[in-house]
Amino acid sequence: MKQLDYLDELEAEAIHILREVAGQFEKPALLFSGGKDSITLVRLAEKAFRPGKFPFPLVHIDTGHNFEETIIYRDNMIKRIGEKLIVGYVQDDIDNGRVVEQKGKNASRNQLQTVTLLNTIAKHQFDACIGGARRDEEKARAKERIFSVRDEFGQWDPKRQRPELWNIYNGKIHKGENVRVFPISNWTELDVWNYIRREKIELPTIYFAHERDVITRNGQLMAASPFLNMDDEDVVERRNVRFRTVGDMTCTAAVESYAFEIDNIIDEISASRVSERGARMDDKVSEAAMEDRKKGGYF
Amino acid sequence: MNILKFLTAGSVDDGKSTLIGRLLYDSGAILVDQLEALQRSNRKNDDGTIDLAILTDGLKAEREQGITIDVAYKYFQTDKRKFIIADTPGHIQYTRNMVTGASNAGLAIILIDARKGVIEQTIRHSFLVALLGLPQVVVCVNKMDMVDYDEAVFNKIVSDYKVLAAKVGLKNVAYIPVSALKGDNIVHSSERMSWFKGSSLLPYLETVEIPTDNLTEHARFPVQWVVRPQTEELHDYRGYAGRVSSGSFRVNDKVTVLPSGFTSTISKIELLDSEPEAALSGMSVTIHLEDEIDISRGDTLVSAKNKPHVSQLIEADLCWMDTKPLDTTHTYFLQHNSKLTRCRIQEILYKVNINTLEQEFDEDFKLNDIGRIVVKTADPLAFDLYQDNKANGGAILIDSRTNVTVGALMFRANAD
Repeated sequence: MKQLDYLDELEAEAIHILREVAGQFEKPALLFSGGKDSITLVRLAEKAFRPGKFPFPLVHIDTGHNFEETIIYRDNMIKRIGEKLIVGYVQDDIDNGRVVEQKGKNASRNQLQTVTLLNTIAKHQFDACIGGARRDEEKARAKERIFSVRDEFGQWDPKRQRPELWNIYNGKIHKGENVRVFPISNWTELDVWNYIRREKIELPTIYFAHERDVITRNGQLMAASPFLNMDDEDVVERRNVRFRTVGDMTCTAAVESYAFEIDNIIDEISASRVSERGARMDDKVSEAAMEDRKKGGYF
Repeated sequence: MNILKFLTAGSVDDGKSTLIGRLLYDSGAILVDQLEALQRSNRKNDDGTIDLAILTDGLKAEREQGITIDVAYKYFQTDKRKFIIADTPGHIQYTRNMVTGASNAGLAIILIDARKGVIEQTIRHSFLVALLGLPQVVVCVNKMDMVDYDEAVFNKIVSDYKVLAAKVGLKNVAYIPVSALKGDNIVHSSERMSWFKGSSLLPYLETVEIPTDNLTEHARFPVQWVVRPQTEELHDYRGYAGRVSSGSFRVNDKVTVLPSGFTSTISKIELLDSEPEAALSGMSVTIHLEDEIDISRGDTLVSAKNKPHVSQLIEADLCWMDTKPLDTTHTYFLQHNSKLTRCRIQEILYKVNINTLEQEFDEDFKLNDIGRIVVKTADPLAFDLYQDNKANGGAILIDSRTNVTVGALMFRANAD
């Protein structure tokens, strides 16, 4: 029998997983960051459920330190697809004292969003949260299941994961627990880009090369913004850059780039010798940084 | 370009992590920052080179203990193929992880230490690979550098393994002598083993044709979700969403809905805005039927010409995966594709000692035990035998008290 092309196979697997979520859970949600991976998930959800409505809302955890382009993109997309969006604001949790803003030069709200995510899950009683994480991103992710059970504190226990056999996903949970679901677990960064090109999916403009004020910190290019604590040592320069991931402005580094079109980006990534999480300051803290954050309920 | 998923079976001592590290490293799949992290780490080989094994053991707990505790997935690609590696540990207590990794793989690499030859662990791994029905096996005789790259050592292991392969029922086996540590016959052919005329490991993986079961007639479509927009303009729209698990469906094909047994004809196949003529094995689509029949999640559309078994009493191989032993008085959940039902293990026929391959009779079914049982289900299941059609022949058991996946079932006979 003819084997499917790899993009068709990855797509079919992801659609199957999304439909399993719809079939097995009472109150699922799709975590939408505005990044290319969650945008890909939206496209896959259209393939899984159209012409019906999505059987889940989109949920955005808003750190308040957003790239403006991402928010514009998000709102336009919601209008186009006609689905429900729920926003959880980190600022709300800072205001009500649930979390305390970090201080110092490298202060970021990246850590704080875990609390807002868990609060949002609890408030809406979501039993499954679909996310765009991929196993090729990071070592701890490589060991995560497609259906990954979190306890009532949102914790991931790598030693107590359920065996996941064939294409059968066990979504049974106790009250208070929830499942994180990763439909594009088996995709690589390059697969996502090739899929975006094939499907002609529109992306926020910051993924493409543009001129921007940046400062260099710890060898990384950071977007100059009011959210970044800057001092006299920081020199602002105008450079041609693009972003490979879209996170909080304070922890997402840019790369120097002249890739104005998606074809250029795919060429650039194919040739690149730095993995995409290399541009994330949050993973550099320690070798086990991601593992520790995931145990604490991080996405 | 297609994807090859493969499993690596062997223990830390066999140099399995080094082998995977070598594949990733020599094929250029390691990126600069990962390499930096590797160099920051202070684990080195005796000769001062980087310990490539670090690339695969991700978790802090594992690094501390120097072991692999779970299935890790690794991705790399060459110009010819994309690869997904399921890296599973070889320790005896982790049989369940190997079964998990093998359930999704098309090929298994079985590592044998050239100094030790075919040992108990090799028997265990080979038995599990055969049990899970992997169509292709590559035996890598590793650490050839430790036996002076001696052809006689390799030949002896090959002939020993052939006996084992015949015993457990493995048909397609290839043999490659390698040194993962030194890089012999992994990506590049080894000059130190010029006596070996076969292909090195990576070129082999790039080109091997995975034997597929001839399942063209076994068209199976487990319904996952019914699309019913119920809007004004789509008032009567009713599509059955799912993934073709085997065979293929075409517009105008006659299909039977199981377990109800109603028949109808496919009127349309949809994938978002496109309407493909056919839904091939592995494709996720939405199928429309000419007749209005009551169909819901858990039902299966099958070719009217070739139907699976429908029964509530099934003989199956069971691999137990939980620390709490099987309780034959307890009612478990059974999940078979999109179908969830309740079940009881009615009878334990025998267990297999996976080190000697002998049958044993024992009332206890504990973690990592494997054997033949009879399962009785609350609802009828539409299933194929695992040996005929893996995609419709496997199921999992879930403990209704803990919700944990406790067993893997491979259906072997209709016991009704």
